[in-house]
Amino acid sequence: MYNAGKIIPGLVIFLGLVTFPFWSNIGRAAFEAPELVFPETEEECVESGDWMRANHMILLDDWRDLAVRDNLRLYSSETGKRFDMSLTKTCLSSQCHANKDTFCDRCHDALAIAPHCWDCHVVPSIGEE
Amino acid sequence: MAINRRTFLKAAGLTTLAGVAGHAAMELLAPGALEASGAPKVGEYPEALTAKRWAMLIDTEKFTTAQVYQKCIDACHVLHNVPHIPGDQEIKWLWTDSFKHVFPDQQHALVPERIKNQPFMALCNHCDNPPCVRVCPTKATFKRDDGIVMMDMHRCIGCRYCMAGCPYGARSFNFWDPRPFIENIDPYYPTRMKGVVEKCTFCEDRLAKGQLPACVEASEGALIFGDLANEDSEVRRVLRERYSLRRKPSLGTDPHVFYLI
Repeated sequence: MYNAGKIIPGLVIFLGLVTFPFWSNIGRAAFEAPELVFPETEEECVESGDWMRANHMILLDDWRDLAVRDNLRLYSSETGKRFDMSLTKTCLSSQCHANKDTFCDRCHDALAIAPHCWDCHVVPSIGEE
Repeated sequence: MAINRRTFLKAAGLTTLAGVAGHAAMELLAPGALEASGAPKVGEYPEALTAKRWAMLIDTEKFTTAQVYQKCIDACHVLHNVPHIPGDQEIKWLWTDSFKHVFPDQQHALVPERIKNQPFMALCNHCDNPPCVRVCPTKATFKRDDGIVMMDMHRCIGCRYCMAGCPYGARSFNFWDPRPFIENIDPYYPTRMKGVVEKCTFCEDRLAKGQLPACVEASEGALIFGDLANEDSEVRRVLRERYSLRRKPSLGTDPHVFYLI
């Protein structure tokens, strides 16, 4: 092989960098899903729990565009229940996820995600203080 | 089994045909059944107020002092978490100004004292031909079919072209995080974040739930709100009966806020 002295060390360095996330994590604790506090009074979410876990951000994104740009604000779920398409008035209302810290934040913090939603949308429990 | 090109093409053609015909047959026999899971799941509130063209009339005979206006301004600003920032960086959806500033092209030496000294309410004019919409690079500000010029704060990048475009000064820019400047935050309406433009939206969020704009409700009849496209509406009746002015009509923006003189 021509230039083996350069190519082989180069390949080793390249492979080392590419696999960095894998070997740098060896020995660390596995990810544990945080414990969430669910609403006491409300049993049902807008859609099923599994669906919401996977798609809540898509749902909120859709709600945002539909409400602001298309003036559509009433959502009918799979079960036929109707909801006001509002993060603050529906999701964060006192009957549902009134405590953002023990529901939203626990998951977002564990996954190192910081959504910008709260820069504008007021958490009702904070507003009431 | 070996398959030659001819057999493959025949099979592919037949499969396509079967697929298209099957879909067509389903649509004929049971329309919408194939898309049943994607049936319309969103809609408007049944009690929503709708119009072909919203417009507002300001009865200047009923509004004579700044105090009378203040009720409307407070109703609007409290409901929408509009911060009170002193100085020249103020945020305003609804405000008052002098005759010469509100109607600069209606000036002459003999304007009656009453008019000359009276404050006039100013707000977004919800123009038919809004320059702010034309210049917005992200379509964060847009005109709805019912004439309301809307702001989508999520898309605003804070370039302030719309502020340069608006000839009425109806837009304010958040140079700071507004939250510390809001006395009592209403949790049910978002505040804005630093770096976005905001303005009056004719309370489109209230209209969607069957309520009149907050200022109209607080004005005790001095503000009239309705559908300009409907000949039997109150706005049309009043405009037929009384003389009205619009702000800077020569600019061709076709404002839909009318001042009854």
